[in-house]
Amino acid sequence: MFIPHTSQDREEMLKKIGVSSVKELLAQIPQDLLYPALDLPRALTEQELCAHMRELAARNKPLKNFIGAGIYEHFIPAAVHALSSRGEFLTAYTPYQAEASQGTLQTIYEFQSCICSLLEMEVATASHYDGATALAEAVLACLRITGRKEVLIPAALHPHYQQVLNTYLRHQEGVRIKQSPAGADGSLDLDALAKNLSADTACFVLATPNFFGCLEKAESISALVHQAGALLTALVQPIALGIMQTPGSYQADFAVAEGQPLGNAMNFGGPGLGIMAAKKIYMRQLPGRIVGIAKDKNGKRSFVLTLQAREQHIRREKASSNICSNEALCALNAVIYLTLLGPKGLQEVAELNVERAHQLAEMLGKIPGYRVKFTAPFFNEFVLECPIPAKQVIKKLAKKGISAGYALGADFKGMENCLLVCATETKTAADLQRYADALGGI
Amino acid sequence: METILMHNQLSLEKSRPGRRGVQFEAAQKPASAYLPEGYLRKTAPKLPELSEFETVRHFTKLSELNYCLDGEFYPLGSCTMKYNPKAYDVLSALDGFSQMHPFAPETAVQGTLEALYQFQELLKKVTGLAAFTLQPAAGAQGELTGILTARAYHDARKDFKRTEVIVPDTAHGTNPATAHMAGYTVINIKSAADGCVDKEALQSALSDRTAVVMLTVPNTVGLFEKDIREIADRVHKAGALFYLDGANFNALAGIVKPADLGADLMHLNVHKSFAAPHGGGGPGAGPVGAAAHVAPFLPKPLVTYKNGKYTLTGKMPKSLGKMKAFYGNIAVCLRGYCYLRQFDGQTFKEIAENAVLNANYVRCCLKGKFNAFFDGICMHECVLSINPSDMNGVHTSDIAKRLLDYGFYAPTIYFPLIVPEAMMVEPTETESKQMLDAFVAVMEKIYEEIKANPQIVKDAPHSQCVGRIDEVSAAREPNLRW
Repeated sequence: MFIPHTSQDREEMLKKIGVSSVKELLAQIPQDLLYPALDLPRALTEQELCAHMRELAARNKPLKNFIGAGIYEHFIPAAVHALSSRGEFLTAYTPYQAEASQGTLQTIYEFQSCICSLLEMEVATASHYDGATALAEAVLACLRITGRKEVLIPAALHPHYQQVLNTYLRHQEGVRIKQSPAGADGSLDLDALAKNLSADTACFVLATPNFFGCLEKAESISALVHQAGALLTALVQPIALGIMQTPGSYQADFAVAEGQPLGNAMNFGGPGLGIMAAKKIYMRQLPGRIVGIAKDKNGKRSFVLTLQAREQHIRREKASSNICSNEALCALNAVIYLTLLGPKGLQEVAELNVERAHQLAEMLGKIPGYRVKFTAPFFNEFVLECPIPAKQVIKKLAKKGISAGYALGADFKGMENCLLVCATETKTAADLQRYADALGGI
Repeated sequence: METILMHNQLSLEKSRPGRRGVQFEAAQKPASAYLPEGYLRKTAPKLPELSEFETVRHFTKLSELNYCLDGEFYPLGSCTMKYNPKAYDVLSALDGFSQMHPFAPETAVQGTLEALYQFQELLKKVTGLAAFTLQPAAGAQGELTGILTARAYHDARKDFKRTEVIVPDTAHGTNPATAHMAGYTVINIKSAADGCVDKEALQSALSDRTAVVMLTVPNTVGLFEKDIREIADRVHKAGALFYLDGANFNALAGIVKPADLGADLMHLNVHKSFAAPHGGGGPGAGPVGAAAHVAPFLPKPLVTYKNGKYTLTGKMPKSLGKMKAFYGNIAVCLRGYCYLRQFDGQTFKEIAENAVLNANYVRCCLKGKFNAFFDGICMHECVLSINPSDMNGVHTSDIAKRLLDYGFYAPTIYFPLIVPEAMMVEPTETESKQMLDAFVAVMEKIYEEIKANPQIVKDAPHSQCVGRIDEVSAAREPNLRW
């Protein structure tokens, strides 16, 4: 049972307190409101609950998934969950009492180290809620640092990220968000970017790959942004960085990512794992928890939460963010995943993603009426232009057991026939063939 | 032995070039066959290179350096470290749930949507509120969601003069930080001598500039705001909204409905109010409930049920927009749903009562040695206070560290800020009397040590893998990565 007390325990405790019933302890509560009827369904036993949840899970249909669009299906080695589900990690609290939390603290320090190395950035935080909120918080930091008022984003930014940015920036005095368009090849139009940048631009959000899967000319973009005196916030994919150029290599000031692909299941979109890294000069502008190395009283190396003077529990309304709990367990999954793969494994996964996606693009592009819409280089995702609305393609392929992709029409005008398709290392040659056959047959 | 085994060597220090834990099939062609060289990274990332076995042992040994709820009692005030049934871990991770993509066709995710819809419905029943969003990723994001919802409500009424949020000085730091993020000016008000809201201070702070009043109920000193209905009335009379911070809702479920107290908005913390493991700092989930007049402004989408189908496509023209990508921390919400299905109203009442019973029992047992700052009956937690000059110079932080030596995690310390040398003790509803007695015995032992040999307390901990850490040393020249 959830509550351990026997009636004898309860009696002894009440006696010690000096009351005759628990109700006496609730005298401060308006008595006419006490013990309302909740009208809840009958309580289930654990066995019944298991049956109920298994029945609900079975009602979901496992389609062969070719959707990416911000959440990616990757192979997760068994050791990831076996380790992160240990009660010592799973049921520990935020490591405020550092001496009794060295395990969690060291894993976060190792996470920060791996993220810095993967992104070639100087500092990283312990985690944020997801890629979208990490982006919003990085942009808020850019606004604070520059004192400028305009945030420039690519038009081909994930629509949810755009909406979250709108929410987080809406009440910042005088702040505007402006879009810079993509060119015909699907990547950013650099001439337009140059025109859109101004002395009022606080930062540009460089999403690479962008929401169409296209990779950006990051070095040229970085040069333009910095020439305008603005900051560069890169939004990247962590698996891609197994082979792709890094935010650090093109002098990004902040770099953020959705870390779910690193050892975390899709879980219908949550929890995610917000990754945030920055140049060291912006360390004190970072929101959220950071772990650092300290010494104990005997001079021994140890780990603690540090730079807490930025945080809400110390600074209250002057804090850099209100974030408190983040996604520690997802970060643990990520660092275990990266430790298992190492640089070589991550490179292999990234290369497989590139190969499978390019093979699929070639196969689908050959089907009469279909074409790969953009010519810019891509990682594991591309836009397929269909002869019929993408929504119909999705419906038809769902009947054949395939999740065909993400229909872009709802978010991008004139792209009703465009389908965003993703293939990761989880898709075998046979899976690709099955998709092509199904699509060719509709 | 310790130096030989180097228990806290970093994975990167154990790393050996060429070692690896997992192998994938090789791609037929290198990436450069598909992508221009200029897009590729020049040097491989410096990630650990360990075998699978070494990785397993590394993280297993690290886990053993942690205190955790499965192993130790956490009397951690305000944090509600109560037991989380193991079934929920298994059920929320079933492949049928965990392998679902958020953009999968709705016909393929009816099971997940039904669970989320039913969770929304159950949250409405236990709180009395009209609608719930499951989107916020944690309690603090729930607060931000609530305040932005309030702002959308005022803005829709063209009531733009409301620029202030009133927060009592006992509030969690997230309250003022949240109000500031929403673009509001924070008005802090002092608490009265009894630890409750000072009604006079509140009244003089309230005006037609007040957008929201945020109150934690029960409050962070463990007291139920005795005048809560009068407070809610005054807030509403001023045209402001009443935000109830549900961080301590575990003491209210089945006891009283927030809607009956006049709450317009509130957030819940799924890990505290219900049951999800803390994970060493998340992921959490912070569903936000709203009364009917503010519900249309909640983030979108909500799960709705129409023509026999669950859907996320319902129209919400007044919605504030999105708080995070996708729909929320679904795996955590599924755990919350499990919890609400496993108990009925009578059991929730008993669970909340036990939280109150346990806190008062510990408070009474410690009386005379460690006294509550606000004497008298408390709800689910009590805040103790010491005077170091009566304790041979021992501070609260010393007692916290000494508790670790006896196999207990520490209480929340130095919070709330209005209590000097605060120790905030929340036993939670799931601890047995025997565990509480053991905690009391240890606190009494520490009291004797303070009187007889205070140095052993001041030098604590003695039993952990590291001694007392100099936290300032980390901030001086920050080393944040290897």
